[in-house]
This record gives sequence, C-alpha cells and structure tokens, in this order.
Amino acid sequence: MKKKLFFAGAGGQGALAIGQMIAKAAMDEGLEVTWLPSYGPEMRGGTANCTVVVSDRPISCPLINDADVLVVMNLPSLTKFQSMVVPGGTLFINSSLVPETSNRDDIKVIEVPANEKASELGNERASNIVMLSAILKETGIVREETVRHEIEKTFSGRKAKFLPANLAALKSYLD
Amino acid sequence: MSRILMKGNEAFAEAAIRAGVKCYFGYPITPQNEIPEYMSHALPEAGGAFIQAESELAAISMAYGAAASGGRVFISTSSPGLALMQEGIGFIASCEVPLVILNVSRGGPGVGGIQPGQADYLQVTRGGYNGDVKVPVFAPSSIQECANLIYECFDIAEKYRNPVVILADGMLGQMMEPVELPEAKGITPVEKINEVKPWAITGTDYHEGRNVVYSLRLDPQALEDHVNDMFARYAEAEKELVRWTDQGLDDAEIVFVAFGTTSRLCAEASEILAERGIKAGLIRPISLWPFPDAAFDKIGPNAKVVISTELSMGQMLFDVKNAVRGRWPVALINRTGGMVPSSIEIADRAEKALKEAGK
Repeated sequence: MKKKLFFAGAGGQGALAIGQMIAKAAMDEGLEVTWLPSYGPEMRGGTANCTVVVSDRPISCPLINDADVLVVMNLPSLTKFQSMVVPGGTLFINSSLVPETSNRDDIKVIEVPANEKASELGNERASNIVMLSAILKETGIVREETVRHEIEKTFSGRKAKFLPANLAALKSYLD
Repeated sequence: MSRILMKGNEAFAEAAIRAGVKCYFGYPITPQNEIPEYMSHALPEAGGAFIQAESELAAISMAYGAAASGGRVFISTSSPGLALMQEGIGFIASCEVPLVILNVSRGGPGVGGIQPGQADYLQVTRGGYNGDVKVPVFAPSSIQECANLIYECFDIAEKYRNPVVILADGMLGQMMEPVELPEAKGITPVEKINEVKPWAITGTDYHEGRNVVYSLRLDPQALEDHVNDMFARYAEAEKELVRWTDQGLDDAEIVFVAFGTTSRLCAEASEILAERGIKAGLIRPISLWPFPDAAFDKIGPNAKVVISTELSMGQMLFDVKNAVRGRWPVALINRTGGMVPSSIEIADRAEKALKEAGK
C-alpha cells in the first residue's frame, strides 16, 4: 500500500495542517509517512502546499510525480494542480471558494462546501477540518479516532477554546 | 522509544541538545531557521546557552572560543553562511578544537536561492581554509539518519580533535518524517571537562598551570610537526570514518552515485527503470570525506555506466571519477540553483546515458 496525497491552498487556509494531521495519524497507526511542504517567499499570501506519502513500506522519495488524492482549498490551486491526479484518483474541491469544477472526466471529483459548513458550526477557520472529514469518509486513509486524538492535541492549552468547533467539523461528514 | 513526527530542523536541534550541547551560536538563514528558533527556548531549558550572533563570522568565532573551553558546541547555517565561516573553521581545525557544524544547504552561488542544493560539495569537502586542513563530512539522506549523525559527530569531533560538518539540504530540513530520538546525555559539568579534554581552557581551578589553545607557530619546524600530527589523525579518520550504503550493484547496468536527498530520488528512479527492464544500482556515500572509494569495487560485471547524480554542476564528479579509475564510463545527471529533478527525469536521462555508453 502506498498513497500519495497533495494539499494546496492559500497560506492560512490550513492545507498544510490537515496534511500534517493525516501524516501524524498514519504514523500513529504504524505506517511510514513523509510530509514535505513548499517553502519560500510564496507562503505568505500566496499558495501553500504540501505532499504527504503514506505507505506500509519504507518511503524512498518524499517528492511525487502524480497524486492519488488532491485537495484544493482555492481556485489557483485547482488550475495549477488538477493535472497531477492519477486517472481514477480523487480530487477534493473546496466549493465554498472555488466557483469552477474540474476539467477532468477520468477522476472522482468531490465538492466540499468547507467554509459554509465550518461557519454553520461556529468557526469558519475550521474549514480545513471539514475538508479533512470529507477526505476521511471518502478514502478511509486513517481512522477518525486517530485524527480526533491529533485534533485534541493540537487544540489544547491556549487553543482549547477552538476545540469544540473543530471536533464538530471533524464529525461533519462522518456521522 | 516511540516515534514522533518531527520537522527535520527541529529534530536536528533536539538531537544536538540530547548529545549534551552546552552552547549554540547562530545567525538566521533559510532553510534552517527552525534550528535557532528551537534552540532559543529548548537549549536554555536543558541548561545550555543560546546566542543569536550579529553575523556568521561572529557565530563561528563565538563557537571557537566556547569550544576551546571544552563544552560541546553546535552551530548550524546554510550555504552562503557557511562560506562566511570558512576562516573560523580553518582556525578551529588548526587549534585542534572539536566542533559540529550542520549545513542545511541551498542553491548557489552567492546568496543564490533558498531551495535545496548540493553545490556546497566542494566547499565542505575541500573547504576555503588556508593551510593543510581536512574536515570529515557526513551527508544523511533522512531525518533519522541526520539526527543520529549529529548525536554521534560530537564523539567523532572530540576523538579527532577537529571540526566535523554534516551536509543536509533544504528538503531534509523542511520535511517531516517519523524519528526516534536518542537518549539525552546531559551537559558535562565544568569540573569534569578536563578528565576527557585535558587541553580545554577551563581555568586554573580545574587544571594545573596554563592551558593555551593557539594557531600561531612562528618556528616552521614546530608548524610542520603540528601539521604532521594533524595528518596522523586524518590518516586514522580516512580508515575509520568511511561510510556508505549500496543497493543492487551485483547485476546493475546503471550505477547511480548520489548522496542526501538525491539518493532518495535515485532509489525511486531505479524502480522506474526496473519497470522498463533496466537494472540500476545505487552507491550512496554517507561520508563525503573520506569518500567511499571501496564501494566502487563492489560494482558487478554488467555495469555499463556510472552516473553521478547531483544538485550541482557536477562537484562530486571529481571524486566519482577518481574512485572509478577508468573502469567504467562516467556520466552526470544534475540540476542546480534549487531545481530538483523528478525521479522520472532521472530515469529518462539515465536510460539515455546507458544508450550512449553502449555506442
């Protein structure tokens, strides 16, 4: 088993964070993982993306040529990266901010109104966790309880007040 | 010990703290900034000292002084920062003072860019120091290996009484992988330092008479004797510090030679070539000086071409050709300036090099 995932969005949308949560959860479930972010001047205000590889064997290369799963949080990410999905792969689009759909007809496209759902749950900034919920439901790549544990660790101490909205967001597709 | 998912730079900093580092000096430079950031809070908590210097020249000079007083000293920087530290490294080697230096390298030349590069190969293996100086260099290819090397290199630096360089790159510094960190050794208290480092300047409360650490020797015979002493240790290092891994050399038609991040791309390129019916092997030097010449003696009878694969214009190529000694054609697959080739690009170019070697 080897899965290649790519997460892209604007800096601050939490694309890198959900990539990290999946990577941490996969490691906790005994799998090998790599998490590789884009870095550089483009991260503030521009696009931010990361690559996650999950495998049951040691991972030689953290860079990918194509992706089994692509997650786009904004329109520039859809335009720039949709060609990298393997035929039969899955594309998750944040339909709250992306007015278009994919031009690909050989992949599965899942539209997630992440910002709207997160707003309904009381914190629009949890939109990435709504997206994470949809990814878990569709791919089953890691278990909900492992991810919940990661979210509880992330939103502790000073950030504890954000925990309820994020836990609700995690439930949004998994009831 | 359980595995934790850590960013490379943070794991490197934590590994140094666990090796018993007393002092860290640094000046910010991408892509290693998480190291000084981590050190700024974690090292004082562990009982050590963190100082953000005003420049790389100041950082290496502070390291020189602190290491001469016997505590474990760690510094990190990236390519242009290391260029600024060259003079200090030469002086520290001349004074036989141990120091561990991590270079999270990026694209050059000059200030260059901030994406991963390996064009510091000659800078770290040959150096910009005056005089007869050699510096052991290790190039890890994973966060775990880099953390282990940092931990171990303090012992190596102290054994050979010389600076040691670890050459990582921006990708290893920025990515996350599961890592199992070694046990914390604790900082050696000042009253114990001279038991293991009788030369260290800890003050006359701790050692008999004066201890002097110096580089100036006006008597040429004394200086030649000193260099010969250094080279006696370098000769030992050349025997003891050679490290590499290899894979599939017995029946390989193509032999990749690659270190660090590039070796991971070559491993995947080898899988792509296998799907095309081409057998590729890999020599991954871990020690860049001393270079693992002996690895090349394991290459099997099917080899048609040896390919140095690098993120530079071919700086390791010199050492590869030297190790090959005319036995096989040598080719170069490279990108530079912060560009990283895909595994498909490497496979395609290797296939072409194989065809050209057969002509």
